[in-house]
Amino acid sequence: MPDQNIAPDISVRFAGKIYSPNPFWLASAPPTNCGEQVMRAFDAGWGGAVWKTIGDPIVNVSSRYSSVDWNGQRMMGLNNIELITDRPLEVNLREISEVKKRYPKQAVIASLMVESKREAWHQIVQQSEDAGADGLELNFGCPHGMSERGMGSAVGQVPEYTEMITSWVKEKARTPVLVKLTPNISDIRVVARAAKRGGADGLSAINTINSITGIDLDTFIPRPNVDGKSSHGGYCGPAVKPIALNMAQQVQGDPESQLPLSGIGGISDWRDAVEFLLLGCSNVQVCTAVMHYGYRIVEEMADGLANWMREKGFSKISDFQGLSLARVQDWKHLNLNYKIVARIHEEKCIGCQLCYTACWDGAHQCIHMDRAGTSNGHHATPAMREAESRQHIAMTPIPKLDHASSGNGAEPFATPLARIPRVDEVECVGCNLCSLVCPVEGCITMEQVDNHLPSQSWEERTANSSNSARKCD
Amino acid sequence: MSTANTREASAELIARFPEIHPPFDQVSAITEANRCLYCFDAPCTAACPTHIDVPRFIKKIAQGNLRGSALTILDANILGASCSRVCPVDVLCEGACVYHRYNKQPIEIGRLQRHAMDAFHQNGAAVPRKTTEQRAGRVACIGAGPASLAFAAELRQRGFAVTIFESKLLPGGLNTYGVAEYKLRSSDSLREIELIRALGVDFRFGAAISGESSLAQLEKEYDFVFLGIGLGVIRTLDIPGGNHPGVVDALKFIEGYKTGGKLAVGRSVVVVGAGNTAIDAARAAVRLGAEDVQILYRRDEQSMSAFLFEYEQAKREGVGFHWWAKPVEIRHSQDKQKIEAMECVHVQAASDGSLGEISGSQFQISCDMVIPAIGQSPLLEFLQACRGVRTESGRIVVDRLTGRTAHSKYFAGGDCVNGGREVVDAVADGKRTATAVAALLEEVHA
Repeated sequence: MPDQNIAPDISVRFAGKIYSPNPFWLASAPPTNCGEQVMRAFDAGWGGAVWKTIGDPIVNVSSRYSSVDWNGQRMMGLNNIELITDRPLEVNLREISEVKKRYPKQAVIASLMVESKREAWHQIVQQSEDAGADGLELNFGCPHGMSERGMGSAVGQVPEYTEMITSWVKEKARTPVLVKLTPNISDIRVVARAAKRGGADGLSAINTINSITGIDLDTFIPRPNVDGKSSHGGYCGPAVKPIALNMAQQVQGDPESQLPLSGIGGISDWRDAVEFLLLGCSNVQVCTAVMHYGYRIVEEMADGLANWMREKGFSKISDFQGLSLARVQDWKHLNLNYKIVARIHEEKCIGCQLCYTACWDGAHQCIHMDRAGTSNGHHATPAMREAESRQHIAMTPIPKLDHASSGNGAEPFATPLARIPRVDEVECVGCNLCSLVCPVEGCITMEQVDNHLPSQSWEERTANSSNSARKCD
Repeated sequence: MSTANTREASAELIARFPEIHPPFDQVSAITEANRCLYCFDAPCTAACPTHIDVPRFIKKIAQGNLRGSALTILDANILGASCSRVCPVDVLCEGACVYHRYNKQPIEIGRLQRHAMDAFHQNGAAVPRKTTEQRAGRVACIGAGPASLAFAAELRQRGFAVTIFESKLLPGGLNTYGVAEYKLRSSDSLREIELIRALGVDFRFGAAISGESSLAQLEKEYDFVFLGIGLGVIRTLDIPGGNHPGVVDALKFIEGYKTGGKLAVGRSVVVVGAGNTAIDAARAAVRLGAEDVQILYRRDEQSMSAFLFEYEQAKREGVGFHWWAKPVEIRHSQDKQKIEAMECVHVQAASDGSLGEISGSQFQISCDMVIPAIGQSPLLEFLQACRGVRTESGRIVVDRLTGRTAHSKYFAGGDCVNGGREVVDAVADGKRTATAVAALLEEVHA
């Protein structure tokens, strides 16, 4: 165990070359639109910033964003149709240079997108590096607008283009080159391999996902509304994290794709960041959470990460980077003889019966409401139980009028026994659903049952079987 | 009283009786609705005497479907708007919320219900009929309180003809005349009943039914008669001075300020009794400007019939309480014009529970108004005229599931059956009974 008094070192050196005091970079997006913003971000504690993509001049529309709220929470997902920077190239380059001078310890990465011409790429690489950029990120991922003009994801969806442009950039670049991957493709590894073949020093993933977030039910116009019309945008925010994590694992688990990876996609707090690092990412990039709450969130991220590392005994990021990679396997390698069942901890149950209805309608009908005597036992369907309740005559309790005390005997738990579900452990398939819907922390746990069977995967089981045509349906 | 005076009085009423549970705004309602766990076979629904599908109406609020939410409420409880304001939710739906067992604030079901119902009324929506068919079968209700209204609405929605006979000039019973104004305004009660009238229920106001002959007439004209007569007047204080004009019983007092424009109150007020009506009267006296309001009760907090939250609120508003005390005499000025004081004595409970005066414990409370709130007496005279309808301790005996009395023509529900509970209990009685009567009507007119 490292000395508890020494703060863990959370600095990273991406691809062995790009130093940043912590693994938290701002992704190329509105929060990195200009030098003034990036400097305020560095003052707040961000370790690096990928500049809002520079390239040929464009014009933006208004409006540009739309979001998906969930259960009263704002911006579970965010969608945008904003293009690359709409500021002149020389202004961006001058500001990059100024930021680098004032903040030598923080990483500044230039995100680039120009038309698919070798000279154009050579020129912008030269200009960015002359301005002092610590690295380059090739934007092959932007899914809206630019892709219609043969740039962004139009490049990133064609492995040959990706490889070709990456190699053009590498002809000129002196700093590390990251290729930013689009998720709008059936297998992200195909493009990751192409980037690697083109000589990329690293990857960043994922860019935003093609999306239409919603439609105004009064006007029938999808959001965001641009004068009565909309266009598909790029989706990001907490909603996309699981998709991004999977893609990070796919890239890091594939030897032909594997490169230093900057993880992106719905990272909102230090726990999200740690997950990406555990799947092999070298650092992470954040955008939506900053657009929601501002640069200040980085303090909680850095502090949370350092405290977790201290608790786990890690002194530097590389101590745990990629630790979970080996834990992701193809399904055929999973142990078919591993058996868990749901246990309801009666003393914590509040009697909402969400597990009961979930198991009946969404799983395997093995949670029952039969602890207190009802005539139908565990054969009653949820609808029958509900109908029975509605037949019951209820009255406002008025002590003066209710002579007979409503003493219901000694109940062992705070929740009446009649409302605490029971798991049929023999029938339970261990799917987890009840524990997922339960609103109370630790009330339903999934417990391993020792069935005395040796571990056996599908691959092992079918290898011994003469019937090779068995399949999963 | 002139119109101008009436308007002035109602403006003053609104100023003096601000609502104790202000409505939600749109965003707060949705935030609160989203907290609901959507329990299965929910305890809140089970606890509600009318079994409103609470998680369902809350889910609809969360989904921006306020009309659907209101109709879910109305389907179970036609007086959903007034119940959302007057229900003692702490001992009903909100008291049953599973969040209590999770150290969390229960869902504010009452306020959410009001949110849906207010929107429904503001949009001028109508209560839907369950059939467009006009069916054979005529039913009469005596009394236009919550039990009769729920009974009548249910049968009318099913296409039967219903007539309500009410001795007063306005419908609603205690909802209109007797509920504290800071909980439910008479105007809100009347707005809600207007929807029932719009269904085609026939109201006859100022129509006192009493005596065997008028009942016999009803029996002849109608297939069935529903007794939703409630309880009678508040019992009088049987002590010297108890009949002084400065002694105003709690229901008369409340009715006076709510619908009679009587906003005058004494400077020092003593309320006798510690039920919810006593609390309502005491808190009204505070709002009307009484400087000193005292409640006198012959037992203690544990025995009072007021809900604990009502008691706590009254205490916060400065109402004083005298426990284990009873009035002996009301003293007035020499010219008999004004009450001057109430003579009281402390009592104690013997081992058998009976109360005995403690000698030498006499004390005096100076006051200029006395409000008895010692329970409503049953309408014995009326009940005696309903021959064949069996009663027990002044309450009509019915089959709980069908509301059927011992007389096959008569059904009953509400306070006259349950001894005086809540609006929601009366609505539940009325609706359950209507379901049973509908089946009978179909049989009779098959």
